[in-house]
Amino acid sequence: MTVEVIPPILRVDHVTKRFGGLVAVDDVTFDVKKGEIFALIGPNGAGKTTLFNGITGIFPPTTGRVIFQDREITGAKPHQVATLGIARTFQNIRLFEYMSALDNVRLGQHCRMHAKLWDSLFKTPVERAEERRVSDRAIELLQFVGIERYTHTYARNLPYGSQRRLEIARALATNPALLLLDEPAAGFTPQEKVELMGLVHKIVDNGVTVFLIEHDMKVVMGVSRRIVVLDHGEKIAEGTPEQVRNDQRVIEAYLGKQH
Amino acid sequence: MLRQFWEGGPRRDPNTIAYVVLLVAAIFFPILVNVITGGNSSAIMTIAADAGVYVLLAIGLNVVVGFAGLLDLGYAAFFAIGAYTYAFLASDHMRVTPLGEPIHISFWIVLLIAMFVAASFGVILGAPTLRLRGDYLAIVTLGFGEIVPRVFRNASSWTSGVNGISALDIPSLPLWLQGPWSGDAFAFVTDFKVISSLAYYVIMVILVIICVILVRNLHRSRLGRAWMAVREDEVAAAAMGVNTVAVKLLAFSIGAAFSGFAGTYYAGKLSLVSPENFGFSVSITILVMVVLGGMGNIPGVITGALLIYYVIFVLLQQLPEYAVNFVSSIGLSGLVRSSGDYPGIAEFISRLKFLVFGLILVIVMLVRPQGLLPSRQREQELHKGVHDEPVIEDVTAETT
Ligand SMILES: Nc1ncnc2c1ncn2[C@@H]1O[C@H](COP(=O)(O)OP(=O)(O)OP(=O)(O)O)[C@@H](O)[C@H]1O
Ligand SMILES: [Mg+2]
Repeated sequence: MTVEVIPPILRVDHVTKRFGGLVAVDDVTFDVKKGEIFALIGPNGAGKTTLFNGITGIFPPTTGRVIFQDREITGAKPHQVATLGIARTFQNIRLFEYMSALDNVRLGQHCRMHAKLWDSLFKTPVERAEERRVSDRAIELLQFVGIERYTHTYARNLPYGSQRRLEIARALATNPALLLLDEPAAGFTPQEKVELMGLVHKIVDNGVTVFLIEHDMKVVMGVSRRIVVLDHGEKIAEGTPEQVRNDQRVIEAYLGKQH
Repeated sequence: MLRQFWEGGPRRDPNTIAYVVLLVAAIFFPILVNVITGGNSSAIMTIAADAGVYVLLAIGLNVVVGFAGLLDLGYAAFFAIGAYTYAFLASDHMRVTPLGEPIHISFWIVLLIAMFVAASFGVILGAPTLRLRGDYLAIVTLGFGEIVPRVFRNASSWTSGVNGISALDIPSLPLWLQGPWSGDAFAFVTDFKVISSLAYYVIMVILVIICVILVRNLHRSRLGRAWMAVREDEVAAAAMGVNTVAVKLLAFSIGAAFSGFAGTYYAGKLSLVSPENFGFSVSITILVMVVLGGMGNIPGVITGALLIYYVIFVLLQQLPEYAVNFVSSIGLSGLVRSSGDYPGIAEFISRLKFLVFGLILVIVMLVRPQGLLPSRQREQELHKGVHDEPVIEDVTAETT
């Protein structure tokens, strides 16, 4: 399979994000191809999360363009981006803590539901049927990520690892074409990381493109064919795990930081 | 049987009990009052029907504050708008305004119009404000709450200013069932003029029941979930595809619609509107009802509304009288008369009224910070600091 013939699902085109004087993302360009597991790595403060925020409309880029499925989404509102088919998780888990796991996932389906105010007020048959469908789908997703035993538990009471999985289930509930995962394995044991990467493969097998941020280079090397490396907001490398691993600037960025 | 109903019921919703108790109380209240007062129940029933206005207001404000987490400090403005809508559209008053022609539209139609008008003002006020941070809404609504009664006071060519508008049309019903409760034989009457306080009470109870059902439906729908999510984490909700501005605007204007609805009922019953009845203290009273009753929980805010209404409009009003009777009965009738700086016990207590009210509020909120009948979520939130270790808890009742 040659990578070149697969069309890009997401194109980040010369994106820059400034916070006052700080350039958090500096003229970054790359493509994410349909159906792949694409990874973004880089040391602390490299601008990875900022780039996700730029793509999802939380902090729109200062300059540059974001193109999703041949459509420019630069500056679109977060809910519009989600509705178009980009879902995400957060590095510092942002679940609805006082809603059950089930309700968290049902909420994820909000933008795919059609019940109008009228339907909700009068519990019309249409609304009831939709609620049933949404609940069934939510339970399916909880099973898919493996936390169905917590269906009726408040999100805040789930164990840490299950909270991360719940965030993924909630994001999948929006029925995305592209799933952005911001350090989904942060704080996991090596065993848990392996299990999580298994889940990521399952997601891709279901036709969702995955774009993930990961701190741990070893984890990424195992799942992604293509990796982009960010350092101080700049893209310093792009390529296969082997290429990236042997890249002089990447070695410097990582070793220079850690030693 | 009963045990099974409570414990194994399909929903195991603790609110079920509260709803049943409230409903039974609403049904038996007039009968009880009739027995106690020996058939002279009209004064008490009037108060009860007025309390219903506050119940409606509290249910509506709960949508805004409890469900969507928006602080509305000018809720009485929409109440005023609803009341004046009825005054304009159902009295001779328009004859003396620049319009020159009286308008008489049926009470029931004005109820709907007033909802629509109030909701529209909600949209006008909310649309620019709800895009901004949460605190702005509190300030803007505070201002709106001050402006609206002032406009009604000052636009006197249309509103008669401080004199208000009186002799509003008496609501009538196309059909009404007469019976022994009003001292008549059983009969259906057509074009029934709603004058008796019992009739107002019955209508109010029916309106409240309808509103509770509708709001409960909303709370358990897609929209209710979105409100909860926005209240908890707006960024996450938006990232999951919730149009947070639209959802908040909807909560805000649904709340306004309720207030307008209650305003029309209030004006219809009182047959009089005056700009003095819709001040800041009204907004705060309703907010207190919601918070004290249990934000986010419908039976909670109903209980809160009834309780606060009773304290403010019955207990505190009668407190001086109680005090006089009390001191006389323990042989200190000397305290009743005024002497020098001392104004007499009745006046003395009457001056302390709001201190007593404040004390009651402080004590209730200290003892039950989550409110009298809180929602499950709220109860949890307030326990957050207390035991922060994860507790695996079943919340089936909330979610099914
Ligand atoms: N909202 C913001 N306002 C100001 N500065 C910000 C903001 N968000 C991020 N930054 C800054 O931008 C830079 C990049 O931060 P970012 O969170 O994107 O890094 P990251 O690569 O995700 O790091 P980590 O691995 O720690 O998550 C940092 O210097 C950070 O302080
Ligand atoms: Mg980050």
